[in-house]
Amino acid sequence: MACFLVPAAEAIVTTVATQVIKSKEKKEATGTSHSESIVEASHISLSKKMGWLNKMLWGGSALLAFEHVWHGEVTPFFPFLTAVSDGNTMEMLKEMSINGVLMAVIVTAVWGGMVAVSEVKAKQLSKESK
Amino acid sequence: MTLLITAAAAVISTIIWYSTIQKKDMKLGTLCLMYWGASLMWLIDSIVEYVELGADFFAPESADMINDAFLGISVVIFGLIIWLVILLIKDPSGIIKNVLFKKNAK
Repeated sequence: MACFLVPAAEAIVTTVATQVIKSKEKKEATGTSHSESIVEASHISLSKKMGWLNKMLWGGSALLAFEHVWHGEVTPFFPFLTAVSDGNTMEMLKEMSINGVLMAVIVTAVWGGMVAVSEVKAKQLSKESK
Repeated sequence: MTLLITAAAAVISTIIWYSTIQKKDMKLGTLCLMYWGASLMWLIDSIVEYVELGADFFAPESADMINDAFLGISVVIFGLIIWLVILLIKDPSGIIKNVLFKKNAK
């Protein structure tokens, strides 16, 4: 019905957060010394990690939106969702609260796993370099 | 069927990304993450449907299967188009920039 709107909403929030983090990292990078920047190079920045989440959320939402258009659940005219125009708003909200929330949770959980693995790999690399 | 086709696209694009990452930056990572994101979302859809339908979930009508397969292929192509647009806009290897620059130089 409109489950993709939940991960899409999360994508908007994480994209804004990524931009804020990126600008902070740029400010910090201008104040670091050469030796500090070499140490920094061995780990992946938070903005890059957030970028992975953004791509999964935006990409997944876009492909799911395509599926919803395919099934006639999303229309190019107001109110854009056939569930709303047919009076099934409560059913749609229920689906969003179950499927949509679970979708956002699983994508975020998988991203958390990716971040954890990258942290372990980064620590291994820094140990090897020492 | 849509989940299976998208998951297959995610696996194939990840294998291609892993084997070509050292050679060229083709933004294949973006394509992989897009397909993985969609696969995870459809996995949730399938689990919820399985909870509702039970064993009937694994015995779809042939017409539904064909429609879902057609949708799956269309989704994969739609994903490829999005990736291609990102690749052409970001132009990581500077190929488009070089072509435009050469044309302007003439």
